[in-house]
Amino acid sequence: MAVVPVARPPLTLAERSYLPQIAAGLRTTWRHLVRPKQTLEYPEQRPALPPGYRGVPTLVRDPHGREKCVSCQLCEFVCPPKAIRITPGEIAADATTAHVEKAPKEFEIDMLRCIYCGMCQEVCPEEAIWLQNQFSMTGTSREEMVNRKDRLYELGGTLPDQHLKWDRKAAAEQAGNDLH
Amino acid sequence: MSAAPPTDLVPVTIDGQEIAVPKGTNVIEAARRVGVDVPFYCYHPKLSVVGNCRMCLVELGQPAVDLATKAPVMDPVTGRQRIDWIPRPQIGCATNVTPGLHVRTQTPQIKACREGVMEFLLINHPLDCPICDQAGECKLQEQATGYGRGYSRFIEQKNVKPKRTQLGPRVMLDDERCILCSRCIRFCKEIAKDDVLGFTDRGSYSTLTCYPGRQLTNNYSLNTVDLCPVGALTSTDFRFKMRVWFLKQTPGIDPESSAGANTVVWSREGVIYRITPRDNDAVNDSWMADSGRELYKQVRSPGRLAGVRVAGTPAALDAAVAQAGELFRAAAGRVAVVGSGRSSVEEQWLTRRLTEALQAPAWLVSRVGEGDGLLVSADRNPNVRGALVTGLIRSLPTQRLDELTAAIDAGRVTTVVAVGEDLAAAGLTRAQLAKVKIVHLGTAASPTSEASAVLLPALTLYEKAGCFVNQQFRLQRFQRAVPGPAGAHDDLELLARLIGASGGAVAPADLAGVWREVAAALPALAGRTFTTVPDLGLALDPAPFAGLPFIEGPGLHYTPAKG
Repeated sequence: MAVVPVARPPLTLAERSYLPQIAAGLRTTWRHLVRPKQTLEYPEQRPALPPGYRGVPTLVRDPHGREKCVSCQLCEFVCPPKAIRITPGEIAADATTAHVEKAPKEFEIDMLRCIYCGMCQEVCPEEAIWLQNQFSMTGTSREEMVNRKDRLYELGGTLPDQHLKWDRKAAAEQAGNDLH
Repeated sequence: MSAAPPTDLVPVTIDGQEIAVPKGTNVIEAARRVGVDVPFYCYHPKLSVVGNCRMCLVELGQPAVDLATKAPVMDPVTGRQRIDWIPRPQIGCATNVTPGLHVRTQTPQIKACREGVMEFLLINHPLDCPICDQAGECKLQEQATGYGRGYSRFIEQKNVKPKRTQLGPRVMLDDERCILCSRCIRFCKEIAKDDVLGFTDRGSYSTLTCYPGRQLTNNYSLNTVDLCPVGALTSTDFRFKMRVWFLKQTPGIDPESSAGANTVVWSREGVIYRITPRDNDAVNDSWMADSGRELYKQVRSPGRLAGVRVAGTPAALDAAVAQAGELFRAAAGRVAVVGSGRSSVEEQWLTRRLTEALQAPAWLVSRVGEGDGLLVSADRNPNVRGALVTGLIRSLPTQRLDELTAAIDAGRVTTVVAVGEDLAAAGLTRAQLAKVKIVHLGTAASPTSEASAVLLPALTLYEKAGCFVNQQFRLQRFQRAVPGPAGAHDDLELLARLIGASGGAVAPADLAGVWREVAAALPALAGRTFTTVPDLGLALDPAPFAGLPFIEGPGLHYTPAKG
């Protein structure tokens, strides 16, 4: 391919003096100085999160304080990066929630693996695992980045429950006993 | 009409597909042969038929004949013989095929029947699937998906029943989940011969229970858990331990006796969670004993040997093998080998190679228990016949090694290679153990492992692959379910190295290599490889060993040869 030399157009006086460019740059700077702020003073200020935001997965309790997870391990099964590890356990026969029978002995979510996809929340038949608004996970070691059961409940807190299916089950049992 | 089929075959037509099945086959089994799925709960091929779940309803018909003349009645539309259908559906499990029987399983009536049965079964069934151990292998789940209506019309309160009834030491009953199929009752009565279960009360109050003052304690109780189509019967050992969809299934063999029940070992990430029977109609049907299901616990037992030791101090494998070689040379002509009826055929072959290299006599230790006439035989070694087939021994082993102890006392034996056997349990005293140098391959701590000059930790049955020959002279293969612990070595590798240390010809240290040798040396296994052993076992010819006084009594699918 032939090389076509292109003659550079000579600079005008305004371009050579560089003053209009400086003025235009300063105009942009001044405009941003007086415009409303776009950034937040993180971490003192926190952003307002949109509804349906998928933060750190957490475990929640129902309004009566019962831990909702029954360690069915569906989230462990569905988790694409295999971040969840559950050790199932049995609820003692003399506990008030003995009729639920099963609860996790240990529940670990490795936040170095978690990809915040929300499939655990979607698959949970007990509505026990929720990706809530917590988005900042830090730690100085790999162990610290694994959320254990107590930490998951601390992060999750209590969420309202529309079904209270285990309470209804206890009520049905009571009704059956009253009948006899 | 085509030529009449043989008399023991009956021609039937199922959903338009014609097939000839043996006389006495029921409609469910006949349909299975043409790939038509007839759902059922209470029916089990190995148990009697009760027909109480009503899930296997099908439409039945016969080709029409004129009652007076017996001439076929033709259908003017199709030009073929008309089919007279029974107006109401019939159950497939209790209907044996008859010549010319026509079956329909896909009509609107049958669909409505199945939806109706599912709806009734699910009325009082709890929404327990997230906490139910059966989830994932539950017939109710599968058939609700396949044949249910998909939503519930039931708005009343569900029946609530006891959820933790202990029926026996190993079986827990969740009454709410029970669909009253009575498989467990029939199993206990017909197979285990321990008639202990029954239903009490009526209607929604029907409850599975033990007879007063009795418990489900027999050694086959866990088969009821396998049989249960729902999660009503659960194993106390496996309860709430792991969901079944995580578990990897590996074919295994029950090593507790020479019955050799086929098993499935269920493991996840190197941990075994349960053992269940594997169907084999020639050996164990669908059953196995409870005692064989707990044996996986030896894998993680506290007494597991974890490292190679020479005279009690940790050593490298190479050094230990070299030490064993020196012991062999020092005691040339005064070495004895104790093999094991618990070793696989492949290990017994290498043990035989070792005895030949050392020119040493070989002993086996017999274990005798009481046979239960079913799947636990009197010979508690799984593979004594393997030792006969491989030529490790020529006569049946004794329970005590009296000949060996006499030879030790007389100083004719100064070094003993104990392959997987505890010599103390076989009758050697501590003084005798101290008197000889012991090279021990084993898995668990024992007086022998403590007294060993060279201790080589080996693998348990679940950590290695191989074959056993059961009481029927059936060569059966088991596969590796989980990896061995750090510090343990494969038995074949250890034996091959010992053969090398004893100055013998180079021996293969893997299954394929051992099988090349075995196939060349043993006529019974000529042309075979490990991978071509059939999944359900290979029947060997028992004739060469017909004269031996085997100790097993009659068992399931086993009749002792008349001696």
